[in-house]
Amino acid sequence: MKTHYGIYGGQYVAETLMAPLKELEAAYEAAKADPAFAREFEDILRDYVGRESPITHAKRLSGHLGGAQILLKREDLNHTGAHKVNNTIGQALLAKRMGKKRLIAETGAGMHGVATATVAALFGMPCEVYMGAIDVERQAPNVERMKMLGARVHSVTEGSATLKDAMNEALRDWVANCDDTFYVIGTVAGPAPYPEMVRDFQSVIGKEARRQCLEKYGRLPDEAIACVGGGSNAMGLFAGFIDDPGVKLVGVEAGGKGLASGEHAASINGGRLGVLHGSKTMLLQTPDGNILDTYSVSAGLDYPGVGPEHCYLHDTGRAEYSVITDDEALAAFDALCRFEGIIPALESSHALAEAIKRAPKLGKDKLLLVNLSGRGDKDLENVRRYRDAKNN
Amino acid sequence: MQRITDAFAKAKAENRGAFVAYFTMGFPSLEESERAVDDMIAQGADIIELGVPFSDPFADGGVIRSAAYEALKNGTTLNDVLAAAKRLRTKHPETAFVLFSYYNPLFSMGLKAFAEAAAASGIDAVLSVDLPLEERGELLDVLRPHGVSYIPLVAPNTPVERIKDCEAGLENSFLYVITVKGTTGTRTELPADLASRLDALRSVARLPVAAGFGISTRAHAEEVSRHADGFVVGTALVKCLAEGRPPCLV
Repeated sequence: MKTHYGIYGGQYVAETLMAPLKELEAAYEAAKADPAFAREFEDILRDYVGRESPITHAKRLSGHLGGAQILLKREDLNHTGAHKVNNTIGQALLAKRMGKKRLIAETGAGMHGVATATVAALFGMPCEVYMGAIDVERQAPNVERMKMLGARVHSVTEGSATLKDAMNEALRDWVANCDDTFYVIGTVAGPAPYPEMVRDFQSVIGKEARRQCLEKYGRLPDEAIACVGGGSNAMGLFAGFIDDPGVKLVGVEAGGKGLASGEHAASINGGRLGVLHGSKTMLLQTPDGNILDTYSVSAGLDYPGVGPEHCYLHDTGRAEYSVITDDEALAAFDALCRFEGIIPALESSHALAEAIKRAPKLGKDKLLLVNLSGRGDKDLENVRRYRDAKNN
Repeated sequence: MQRITDAFAKAKAENRGAFVAYFTMGFPSLEESERAVDDMIAQGADIIELGVPFSDPFADGGVIRSAAYEALKNGTTLNDVLAAAKRLRTKHPETAFVLFSYYNPLFSMGLKAFAEAAAASGIDAVLSVDLPLEERGELLDVLRPHGVSYIPLVAPNTPVERIKDCEAGLENSFLYVITVKGTTGTRTELPADLASRLDALRSVARLPVAAGFGISTRAHAEEVSRHADGFVVGTALVKCLAEGRPPCLV
């Protein structure tokens, strides 16, 4: 199994986690080779998640911008409201196959927590979710949803009380309970095999989108654009087009108040090589190698690291990574609401904002495929607060 | 210099387990943590682990985490810990010093620069919590030319075959045997199967075996020393400092 992407990735974990990681690697290899596993995964994605998710041509928005056509891959229409569920179903199936009795997860915006709580209910497994105290507050509706679904939510008050601290706490739980517990990581970060496994489970996004584009437009998109926090929805989209050199892959990092402000979560654009949470990757860190607090209006992008494969794609030039600020993301959020009647997640609004920037500079025959990774119901209160703060 | 090897040999000759004491440097202040090291050496500690505070101590229990956060608030950096090590080395030429750290601070300094600084500060070995066998090569390659060793961790679920690989190529080192699956921290009782596990480990290990995590009393230490070459005490000592007492194993 591949553990590194160029110089990135690896298994930088406590010794106690090496045995569980090897067990997981072996189980995942076996599952990949078993057609019954793939069949069950696909059945659940179809009958429970409601896949495939459509591609929507954002006609009014594209017309307004006067350039390229913006296409939306509608992961927001999945059961639970985001792409996260593709991965949690895959991992929960694997957990069941391995005879694990309990699921744990970390969550930032809460979408991964909700998706894990959902599959835990579906498979009848107890579930505990770690969530930074700040995120518990700013994503309250998702906390309620997790509880409704029977999960226990632990509010993590240590450190910066956001996603990285939730992941620290989940790792502590896993170290202590690795015999019967499966750690459902929500993004393409963490130690091998997680980055590869999560990408594989999310690759359904890109594979579907590629086929849909060919069917509907008779051609591939010119660019595939997705937001990158840890980077799972982006890896999932990119996976479908990685072997199509004509398709430009664009990841969009959270620029917060702007790179120059230091208040952002753009690990590739503003970070430095380091090691955190099991992998070598680009990190936002102090000169002494301590991890910095990150900032983004979007809780789901508020993470100081990024999946190792993204760093590799950045180095090789196969993908490019840009930065969108809070203000730009909020403007894109508004635009999609008003022009298309779709309320996007603030995370996905970053990808959309990048497309809105690019579209006017391109011809009307160009296709920009944006991964609309989640819906914005969870963000309504945030958006209101953000506006209130701006108006004062 | 074989201070670690010598420390275990000396303890063995005295028919006791080697005492390894851990402190989070910079807690409550850098000065006080250095004084705590002096204290423990006076009380008979053979090997000192100098803990580097890190912002994301995911392998640690509450006491050491709080100490790390406090040390960082005081502005303690890896460079400060190395400077403290240098002062301690001058005062205690015989004592073995292990730099105990998460990997990122070391990596962030630049591995070559770090290895040079560690050697210049009189560090005998490095222990990195999140640097298992699979990833440690790049660090060991730069430490070796400077004569700085590495301390491998052995977990309750580490297979016996792996122990050979973990200790391969290491001299002036020991196997740090983690007593429990979990984080650092005091526990009232040691695991029931610890004695048999340590006996089994010692029968295959080439390096001395020291047990750590949860050893909080002298009674624990004595019990462990019947089955291991040494014992590590961390949380119980850091707790003393947190409560404003001089460090001491009771």
